[in-house]
Parts: sequence; C-alpha cells; structure tokens
Amino acid sequence: MTEALLFKDIDEPGLATLDVYERRGGYESLRKALATSPEEVLSQLEASGLRGRGGAGFAMGKKVSFLPKGSIDKYLVCNADESEPGTFKDRELMQKSPHMLIEGIVIASYAAGANRSFIYIRGEYVHQADMLDAALAEAREAGFVGEDILGSDHSLSLVVHRGAGAYICGEETGLLDSLEGKRGNPRLKPPFPANQGLYQGPTLINNVETLSTVPAIIGMGGAEYAKLGTDTSKGTKLVSVSGHVQRPGNYEIELGIPSREIIYGLAGGPPDGRQVKCWFPGGSSSPVLTAGDLDLPYDFDSLAKAGTMLGSGAIIVVDDSTPIIDVALKVAKFYRHESCGKCTPCREGTNWTVKLLERIDRGEATPMDIEIIASECENIIGNCLCVLGDAMAMPIGSMIVKFREEFEQHIEAARARNEGGAVYA
Amino acid sequence: MNVPETIEVPAELRAEIERHMALYPDSRSAALPALEAAQRLYGWCSPEALEQVASVMGVTPAYLAAVATFYDMLETEPVGRHSVYVCTNISCSLRGADRLYETVRDAAGKDPDFNVRPFECLGACDIAPMASVDGVYVGPLTPEDVPRLIDDVRSGRPVLPDKQLAPRLVADPRANTADFPPHEAQPGAQRPREAGSASAENPNPSGPVEREQR
Repeated sequence: MTEALLFKDIDEPGLATLDVYERRGGYESLRKALATSPEEVLSQLEASGLRGRGGAGFAMGKKVSFLPKGSIDKYLVCNADESEPGTFKDRELMQKSPHMLIEGIVIASYAAGANRSFIYIRGEYVHQADMLDAALAEAREAGFVGEDILGSDHSLSLVVHRGAGAYICGEETGLLDSLEGKRGNPRLKPPFPANQGLYQGPTLINNVETLSTVPAIIGMGGAEYAKLGTDTSKGTKLVSVSGHVQRPGNYEIELGIPSREIIYGLAGGPPDGRQVKCWFPGGSSSPVLTAGDLDLPYDFDSLAKAGTMLGSGAIIVVDDSTPIIDVALKVAKFYRHESCGKCTPCREGTNWTVKLLERIDRGEATPMDIEIIASECENIIGNCLCVLGDAMAMPIGSMIVKFREEFEQHIEAARARNEGGAVYA
Repeated sequence: MNVPETIEVPAELRAEIERHMALYPDSRSAALPALEAAQRLYGWCSPEALEQVASVMGVTPAYLAAVATFYDMLETEPVGRHSVYVCTNISCSLRGADRLYETVRDAAGKDPDFNVRPFECLGACDIAPMASVDGVYVGPLTPEDVPRLIDDVRSGRPVLPDKQLAPRLVADPRANTADFPPHEAQPGAQRPREAGSASAENPNPSGPVEREQR
C-alpha cells in the first residue's frame, strides 16, 4: 500500500483543531493555490484524474470546468448526506479531519469561481456537524474562510446545513431542493446543476471525500497524484467494509488492488468456517458479486465491466449463513421507504418488489413471480428522474440472475411448508 | 386560523429562526433548521409549532407541514423526548439488528419518554449493530447492553460511554472484532433455513408468518 493521503494523520489527537491541522501542514495547499490562478488550480485538478467519490465517479476537474465563466453568483455545495447503506467514510473524515474538508472546499471554490458554499450534512450526523461547525469557526477566525481569503481577492462564505433524515437528499438535485427549504424531490435533468443548481444559479456539487482529496492534489501536484491507481481510476479511495467480516471499518486503498485483499486482507473476511456468499462492491445500490469475483481489481472500470459499480466505495459482505431472500427483502424495503414518490416506476415498483418478495417468503408464489420481479426491475431502470428506483432494481435484478436457483428452491420449500398445514396471513 | 402577526413566538425561538434565515440568500432555506429548533422546544412539529415557525419565516403552516412530513427526523405526531434510533439496515441486520431493535423496543415498553424507532442506515456499519441515542452513536450492541442503555437514558447519564463511536480510532486493531452470531431469520418468520431440503424435515412450523413492517 502506498502512503495514505486522506488517512495520513487521521488518528492524531486533536487533528480536528486548527492548531494540530496546521502543524501537520494544513492549509499549505490553500496558500499554494491562492498564489496561482484559478485556471492553474483547475488544470491541476484535471491532471489528477480525480473522479467523484460519492457514487457516480464523474471526473471532478471536468465538473468544475462545466461551470460558466464570468461574474455571476456561483455556488459550491458539499454533499455530506452520506446515506448509502454501508457507507461511513465521510463521517470519519468530517469528524476527525474537518479542516481538510474546509480547505478542499475553499480551494475548489477558488477554481470554480464560487463565492458561496454549503455543506449539506445528514441530520443524523450530529457529532460530525458539531465538529464541522467548530472547525469552521476556527477557520473563519484565522481568515481561511470569509472575505479576501489570506489577502487574495477570493471570498467565500460557508454554511453547515443540517438535513433531517432522507436518503433521497443525497441525490444532488434532491439535495438542492432540500437546501432550498423544500421537500427533497429530485429535479428533471437537464438543466444540470452546473448551469442551474442552487437558487437556479450555477452550482458545483461534490462529495466530502472528493473535496477532502483536493488539498492533497494541490500539495503533491495533479500529475504526481495521477501516478497512483490505474489508468482510469486514479489515486486512493476510502472503502467502508461492513457486514460479515471480522474487522469492519474504513480503509484507504490504492485503486486497482484486488478486492480479495480488501475483504480478506484488510477486513479479515467472514468468520472462520463461513464463506463469502455475495458482496455489494459499492453500497446497497450496486449489483451484487459472488465469491468468484473476489479477484476483480477494485477500481471504477473493472467493476463496471463486471456489470456493477464502485459507487461510494462501500463493500457489504454477506456470508453463506444468510438466505438471499433476506438480503433482497432488506434492500427492497429500504428503497420502498426512501422513494420520494414523484415518479411512478419507482414509487410503485419498489412497493411491488417488496410485495412479491414477501409472497415468495410466505409460500404463496410460483416461479413466474421471479419473472415478474425481473421484468419489473427492468422497467424501473432509466425511467425516473433520479436513480433511486434503479438503485433497488439493479441489486435485486442481479440477485435474481445470480441466485435464481435459490429463489426457486425457496418458493418450493415455502409452498411445501404451507401445504403441510401451517397457518399464514 | 390565526393571523400570522398575532401569533406569539417565544423570543428565543424567534431569534434562532431569524439567525438561520440570515445565513441564506433565500430565507426559505432555513425551513429545516427552523423546524428542528421548534421540535427541540416543543418535542414535535405540532400545529402550534408550525404556525409559529411559519409566522417568523413568512410562509404558510401548510408549506411547513409538507416539508416536515418528508423527513424522518421531523416528528409530526407527539413522541417521547428521548429518541433511540436502532439501525436495521442491511449491514446492521446481518449482525443481529432486528433482534436488537425488538429488545430495545420491549425494554422501553410503554415509557412515554422514549421514542424507539427502527431506522435506515445511520452510517456507522463499522460498529454494527448500532443505535443513535439522542444523537449519540453507540455500538456494537448486544441485547445484553440494552438494560444499561435504557437505564443510562432514564437517569440522564452519558449513554454507554464504553460503546460510543466518537472516541474510536480509525485504525483500531480491536475494530469491532467481537464475535457476531450467524444470520438469524427475522423474528416471527417461520421458514426453512436451508431452502429445499430442510422443509421435508420440518414440514409443520407453526405460527403466523409475518415480517416487521416499517
């Protein structure tokens, strides 16, 4: 493993304070950036090849370059609504190293020409929001945030905005509506936020981890950063490993290492005597992989080629003691609960998927119900304003394909049980 | 319907809402922090609370009701003042969260001070199964921890200090290495463990088949 960038001093006592952060070289990258032009900062970000760490994996430099030039009000919004099941990396960064995020936001806002910024943090992260507020007060006091930062002509306001519990607010346009004080319903795209985002103004939205990586990129230089990782997946990535592993936790890895090394090497694999049955490589929205896929390199494109995605970098491991129907039901119920209800395929599709899976479990299904679930999932994908429905349809669809036999056996077994005289609702 | 100008709003609440409104180019952005402040004062987003927030913000109570009903953390019914959110999403559930939730719910019983809810992923799967107790993350929890959890809340002590997330190191060699149980069927579900063969051995499980609903 190469040297950690984001987690370099993560357990240093007091890293969340300005004093320790600065002693560890903090805000040096900001000074370096402000001494050059915004164009130069942007070219460093583009050279780094950094791809968004929130889920979509879009090139960050390109996203910045999409914002219109000129002196109009532009916004930067940090997406800290980390709610993808299995993901807990941003929590760690905000709690332990809030100044790194603030520094990244100031540098990115300089490159984008944005003068107002917001951190939209999920309401459940009370402690993390408090840590951010405290760090922000220090940064303001020291002149890293506010008017004419460090004597430059760049000014930036920053507000920590707390959400109130809604998965959909992690979707960027749902987040914008929520930040505007509305229900967090996603918007029709285009227009994309780069053109019409917050308050209808051009808006750059990036994930916590993406923005927290910016100081490292400016510090070491974009070209140097790009030497890490693979050709198309540059740099290091925080992965959150959870579920049936012996050492669940956050690990910083260089992109492209074998998945087995993360699941077994770092997280210790399932407990003795149990095997990996399936694993979500990028949060509960990603199509599942099986034990046969453990040697896949963990990077954006290798996972995409395998029909799944790196997503938020949340690996959820399920071992062979777990019936696949339990996993499917948990996932489907979550998306049913979180669907905002705006688009029919998602609102109805998530509900019907749960009902069909319950029917299988109750012993009232026939093998045809598997076909119905599969076709229903197909009809959700791509037919809604946002990808929440897809986020259920993709993993459920993959379970149906990869564990079809088990679903069929479950239908048969549950039916046989009922015919044995059990009472059922 | 009261006229907005005549609605009395406690000075502190008004000041807090106005402080939030000043932070944004469009003051309506303060809706969530304002509702949160009102909920903190009144225990829930009551019709009176909504009217007060609405009169300060210059929006209608109906608008705020629409917002409040969208978000899981805003309560639109009266609830106990101590919230215990037990994460029952996939990673926690793989480690016994469903049983944990039932244990917490039963232990709190009918105590009106408690608001025990199964909750979606709280972003702390490294300490699964876990709960957020009045905003404080604790885990990994076993059913045996529950009496102490309830007791700590009742007596106003810090909840399970040895189980709190905040002081944990990232590179903690003890990182949640505690043994965890093999997967259990969700409580109440009566069905074969091994699809297929097992049903023949146990053809007659009793009891209604039901799953916990959210």
